[in-house]
Amino acid sequence: MVQLQRPGAEPSASYYYSAFFGGFANNESEDLSDPLYESCTAENPTTAVIKLTRPSASLLGALVQQAFSIASPKALEEFNADAGTLDEETGFRPTGTFGTEHPIGTGPFEFVSWTREDRIVLKRFEDYWGEKAKLDELIIRPIADNAARLQALQNDEIQGYDLVEPQDIGTIEGSDNLKILDRPAFNVAYVGINQAKKPMDNLKVRQAIAHGLDREAVVNNFYGGRGVVAQQMMPPEVEGYADSVTEYDYNPERAKQLLQEAGLTMPVEIEFWYPSDVSRPYMPNPKNNFEAFAASLNKSGFKVVPKTAPWDPDYLGRVDEGNAGHLHLIGWTGDFADADNFIGTFFQDFNPQFGFRDPELFKMLDDAESSPTGRPGSTCTSRRTSTSWTRFRRCRTRTRSRRWPSARTSRASFRARRRTRCSPPSRSAGEANKENHLADSRRGE
Amino acid sequence: MLRFIARRLLLLVPIMVGLSILVFLWIRALPAGPAESLLGERATPETIQQIEEQYGLDEPIHIQYWEYLKTVASGDLGTTIRSRRAVTSEIRERFPATIELTIAALLFAVSVGIPLGFVAAKRYGTWVDHSSLVLSLIGISIPVFFLAILLKYVFAVELGWLPTVGRIDVTIDLEHPTGFYTLDALLAGDLAAFWDVIKHLILPAIALGSIPLAIIARITRASVLDVQNEDYVRTARAKGLPPRVVDRRHIFRNALLPITTIIGLQAGLLLSGAVLTETVFAWPGMGSWLVEAIRQRDYPVLQGGILFVSLVFVLVNLAVDVSYALINPRIRVS
Repeated sequence: MVQLQRPGAEPSASYYYSAFFGGFANNESEDLSDPLYESCTAENPTTAVIKLTRPSASLLGALVQQAFSIASPKALEEFNADAGTLDEETGFRPTGTFGTEHPIGTGPFEFVSWTREDRIVLKRFEDYWGEKAKLDELIIRPIADNAARLQALQNDEIQGYDLVEPQDIGTIEGSDNLKILDRPAFNVAYVGINQAKKPMDNLKVRQAIAHGLDREAVVNNFYGGRGVVAQQMMPPEVEGYADSVTEYDYNPERAKQLLQEAGLTMPVEIEFWYPSDVSRPYMPNPKNNFEAFAASLNKSGFKVVPKTAPWDPDYLGRVDEGNAGHLHLIGWTGDFADADNFIGTFFQDFNPQFGFRDPELFKMLDDAESSPTGRPGSTCTSRRTSTSWTRFRRCRTRTRSRRWPSARTSRASFRARRRTRCSPPSRSAGEANKENHLADSRRGE
Repeated sequence: MLRFIARRLLLLVPIMVGLSILVFLWIRALPAGPAESLLGERATPETIQQIEEQYGLDEPIHIQYWEYLKTVASGDLGTTIRSRRAVTSEIRERFPATIELTIAALLFAVSVGIPLGFVAAKRYGTWVDHSSLVLSLIGISIPVFFLAILLKYVFAVELGWLPTVGRIDVTIDLEHPTGFYTLDALLAGDLAAFWDVIKHLILPAIALGSIPLAIIARITRASVLDVQNEDYVRTARAKGLPPRVVDRRHIFRNALLPITTIIGLQAGLLLSGAVLTETVFAWPGMGSWLVEAIRQRDYPVLQGGILFVSLVFVLVNLAVDVSYALINPRIRVS
């Protein structure tokens, strides 16, 4: 387990482990709060009861993370999960075989073998506690190239693959023996407003921006028929999604009226940043989005000054430091299905990206996290569906609650890490896309 | 001959030291170090420092280099930053895949390229010559990934004859003592597995071999054209040697020199990994590994991998020089 706590080993794994769980006896990060863990007892062979030191609303969602997966203590010991050599020159080199040859956990499949760069073979675990797997055997192969995956599927060398390119959907749907299985989106693309840049501190100007963005046109034109206009930060599948919020339709006249009310002379000049040379799952082509938004803003009483920079580290650095003009294009792919992962990550403390300090909002989010909501038995679901297979993970929650403010300090750097980790610069659209998705599914395991 | 080889082997030392310095400096000239790459640009200075201390990245560069040299000299290329495994074991797993693919690609390129070039030269100016020129032009200019996708479409998706990805069918269980799947299959006495491995090799070999094929065909053609106008060829013909003997003993053998050079160079290039072919055929070789390491600023992988690949390149060149000496006795003397 040493490598998990090592900084940078697996940013999301170590971050979530530290921030949401706080370690066992003590938290490995000094910045963070005391451990959430009090005790764990096995009530029967398939039930573990974890007692916490205080209520936690986020832990349940975070439990789908790798860092929290339950492993066999016997196997951990027998196969030397903690063993390794620590070399001053090159760091930790694990020597145990738990992670590579004997990963014994609680899932529906049993590990058979792993040939590096070739295949992982799993077979159905007959004594699985839940609904048994339908497949006798599951072989996972690494095929990095999108076109190669499609051709391998067409040639019946594989029976399914994840992360279909939008342009391949037609081919698959047009084929008699292939089909596409959709899964709900788990990300959001947005235009960020930096309130530290005047006149963005004015609510009316922000509302004018909202009315000046033709989001419907962007979704219809650039998302291959597979996007929807978002009305809030998180996707509808996430617990806590609000069914009715104030909606801002595209309305240039209303935008101009708002600017007038704000006492500004039109056109109002604003700097609008977008990243170059990158494709994100939530934003296949940033330039397309930018151009459409700039055009609609220009019709709404604004004068857009276009600015761009390479994605990483230039663009992301600017966004995170609050140096990406008045407006910037960006988005987020969730790590787990909890509102905290979408809203808390961005709005629970001061974030230079948005440049506002709203103690009331911060406190509301803190409270939401740290106090029980009295909604017993609510269900949270994290879904991952691919073209070939579907996985549902359900966890039942008794209380919904909590969180401690001190975890904040590392949120900002975590956001940045998360983004850069799965965001290779100068790669083809497909590759960048794929990488991020892969990263997603890894996180979901 | 032995002295010749010994001298060339001794020359390896300064070459490798020079190379290691170049690689070492080049990697450090890349923007953003591994610590930043691991942590992201908003990583706190403390965590960056921690990682840098852990990997010795905070030392002055000459000390870093000296330390590195000491480790390398002991046969340890370090631990990869990402997978936490020894660089040498990753090379051991990947290099056989690259060698196997290279050999297959070269076999294809040589067995088609040399006859093609030879026939073109012998039929100089005819339609045979012209079409071989056009073919080699296509071979050089067609993008490898496009050719690969095309080949896969025709021979796998449409005809269903050959597989499109990987080195062996996943339902076949085969031990891999050598890492060369063809050898492994033969060692296991499993002919079905052997045939399956060969089937997996065919399309990548053709895709990867297309460029060497074209180059070899053109060089062969030019070289044969040169040689067959030499005086000794005319003499051989004049003294009544059968044309086939003239072709084989006087023309072909002398024409082989530049061809050998080019085959050697191509072999060296192919052995350093074929990024596109490996990616399109999901072939776990050196190329995709190194490219990924560049993106992730995985210094140990880059240093170890590039050093290893350079060594292979230099050794292949040495082998080519030795084969020169075998083909042409004059070189041994000089």
